Amino acid sequence: MSSLCAQTLGHGVAFVSTPASVLLKRLAEAAKLASVTPAAQMAVRPVPEMVPSGIAELDTLTGGLPRGCLSEICGAASSGRTSVLLAALASATQRQEVCALVDTSDAFDPVSAAAAGVDFEKLLWVRCGAKANSPQRHSDTEKTKHHERKKEDPLAQALRVTDLLLQSGGFGMVAVDLGDVPLRAARRIPLTSWFRFQRAVENTPTVLLVVAESPFAPACAALLVKLQSGKQRSAFSSQLSATNKTLPAHALLFDGLHVEGEILRSRMERKPVRAATTRFATRAVG
Amino acid sequence: MTAFACIFVPDFPVEALLRSEPELRSQAVAVLEGKAPLQKVLAANEKARRAGIEPGMSRLQVEACTDLALRARSLLQEDAAHAALLDCAQSFSPRVEDAGCDTILLDLAGLEPLFGSLPRIAREIARRAWDLGLEANVAVAFNPDTAVLAARGFSGVTVIPSGREAEQLGSLPLPVLWAGSSMEAAGLLETFDRWGVRNLRALAALPEVALSERLGQEGVHLQQLARGATSRTLVPVEPPLGFEEAIELEYPLVLLEPLAFLLGRLLEQLCARLAARALATQELRLRLELENGYREELDTRAAEDERPNSRWFQRTLRLPVPLLDAKVFLKLLQLDLKAHPPGAPIVKIQLAAEPVRPRAAQSGLFLPPSPEPEKLELTLARIAGIVGEGKLGSLELLDTHRPEGFRMQHFAPDATHGLKPSLKNAFNAGLKPCATQKQSAVNPPGLKLHGLTSVGSNFRRLWSACPRSEDSLFLHGVMSEESREGD
Repeated sequence: MSSLCAQTLGHGVAFVSTPASVLLKRLAEAAKLASVTPAAQMAVRPVPEMVPSGIAELDTLTGGLPRGCLSEICGAASSGRTSVLLAALASATQRQEVCALVDTSDAFDPVSAAAAGVDFEKLLWVRCGAKANSPQRHSDTEKTKHHERKKEDPLAQALRVTDLLLQSGGFGMVAVDLGDVPLRAARRIPLTSWFRFQRAVENTPTVLLVVAESPFAPACAALLVKLQSGKQRSAFSSQLSATNKTLPAHALLFDGLHVEGEILRSRMERKPVRAATTRFATRAVG
Repeated sequence: MTAFACIFVPDFPVEALLRSEPELRSQAVAVLEGKAPLQKVLAANEKARRAGIEPGMSRLQVEACTDLALRARSLLQEDAAHAALLDCAQSFSPRVEDAGCDTILLDLAGLEPLFGSLPRIAREIARRAWDLGLEANVAVAFNPDTAVLAARGFSGVTVIPSGREAEQLGSLPLPVLWAGSSMEAAGLLETFDRWGVRNLRALAALPEVALSERLGQEGVHLQQLARGATSRTLVPVEPPLGFEEAIELEYPLVLLEPLAFLLGRLLEQLCARLAARALATQELRLRLELENGYREELDTRAAEDERPNSRWFQRTLRLPVPLLDAKVFLKLLQLDLKAHPPGAPIVKIQLAAEPVRPRAAQSGLFLPPSPEPEKLELTLARIAGIVGEGKLGSLELLDTHRPEGFRMQHFAPDATHGLKPSLKNAFNAGLKPCATQKQSAVNPPGLKLHGLTSVGSNFRRLWSACPRSEDSLFLHGVMSEESREGD
């Protein structure tokens, strides 16, 4: 069997009658195509190692947080995203992994984190949007006056800091809190930044966790979970916190805040994502 | 029979300057001493001497010579070069005699099993001196004075076998008998010249009694030196562990980029000296002398550092773990100076390192990976440049009811944090020199550095304390690493 096929002859292309198998062999041997891997020979991307997120219900739903991938937790305010962030940080630091938190809006509450079980020895906290009257600033206000003049906006700072942390390597988890960033500003983050982060974290044991109000990098995220307040909400119920201490802590005084989580995207599953949800409750601190 | 090596740096003032300006090695260089306009040539390198430059010439005379680099004498750099020479000698033998600013003697007893034959030891000494930025003559002989004369007279590496001292030294000119030029030496040289004695062979052949009658005991001593027949014991010194390098600039520096270039050279020299002594550093102190004094409006920035007077700008870089990487140090200093600029032109740079034992702990077979300390420090410094100081680190909760009762600390994750208490205690007790805590290298307490016997005893103690389990396997891995380094 023969067919009319293209054959490379130096810089020109001539159409001659050549068997297809011979043509494929010649194409594979051509110098220009030497570095191209055929699709049939491409290695299948291995399934990433999953680590627990610190919330059993969420782990049941998602299988945990994937290492070497970007995971995104999105949800409106009071939807439980901070609880998930603190639980994930607590779980990672209790595994003796070094973690970093890029706090874009300086919204991190250390007391809540301590109550959630975060080991501060293992946590690097970067305060991108720290206000001038925060307690650390009193002593060295004069010293940092020089920096204040040339300070850039917190979101740009957060992106640069995340880039540096991922390039540094060695972190078990890098969490970026974009929860309080205005949607308008967050949507201006270029998609290339997320792709760069995803490439930087690939083939490393780092979990890149982004907490935001809405999904900003759905194309890059290996796991995208949407959180929302559950319908069975029983605020101010102190009994729940007294009886069930294993629930994730929350900074607010709402007790027994029911949270619903839904997988919007998961690359770990080959088949189309089904509508899978889970529910868990929070407890108040103090 | 004990052998001695002598390290001699010819044209020492020139060599001391060339350490910070190695690109001048291919040029004729002369060093001037004195106050303008009465400056005179103190020393000149070989190329300059071939061009007709001699010590004692005035500046006006030497300025007529083209392609000649003129530099002012720097006592600071000479001190640093002398310290580097001592470090070079101390890296081979603990018995070192400081025979002058440009001459060091060391006892080679017991070094042959470690370094090989005597010529090999001499070559290794010369190579290490070159690594420290000094082109030195190295001579090995079986008495110290012969080694000194050979190092002064022969360039490169010389080994004089036992019993052939007079024969080998015979061709040397008489001035090698004196370390420098003095009135007494000039008088004796004139006398010998009148007698027709111009080299050591002729001096050695003179009748001893007649020489004694004319020149006294000094003449006899000089003849003994020329014959290589003197014998004396070495006077060992124990120099303090000080690692400091300095550059005095001819023109004030204004920009940070050329400053970083010079800092890079100083750091490379410091790291080479620390590496020669198998040490690292955990604290770098940078002192910059400013031309116009420190500007008042910028004074508060360096308030945390000690400033003896307003002419000095000082920064101290403290590291959580001992490091020995000039590139990392340079980047950290660059970031620090970018955040805290000196505020006035710089005329003198001094850089000192606090020596500590190097970090030699294994990361841990059963510990999760953590950022490399060098990379982490650089990352933290870069992030501090973005978000500002005091806005990153690890948290410490305070015992207070205030709304924001916490304090930021420098982030330095402890590799042993979270281990079982028994294992952690054992780890800290047995491997303290390798742990991340700062320890002085001057008075090392406890475990001898890389001492196999000492490691063995600690190993036994730890092994008996821990049952055979995952933890003991971890300890076994750490101790094996120590033993390999000790070997």
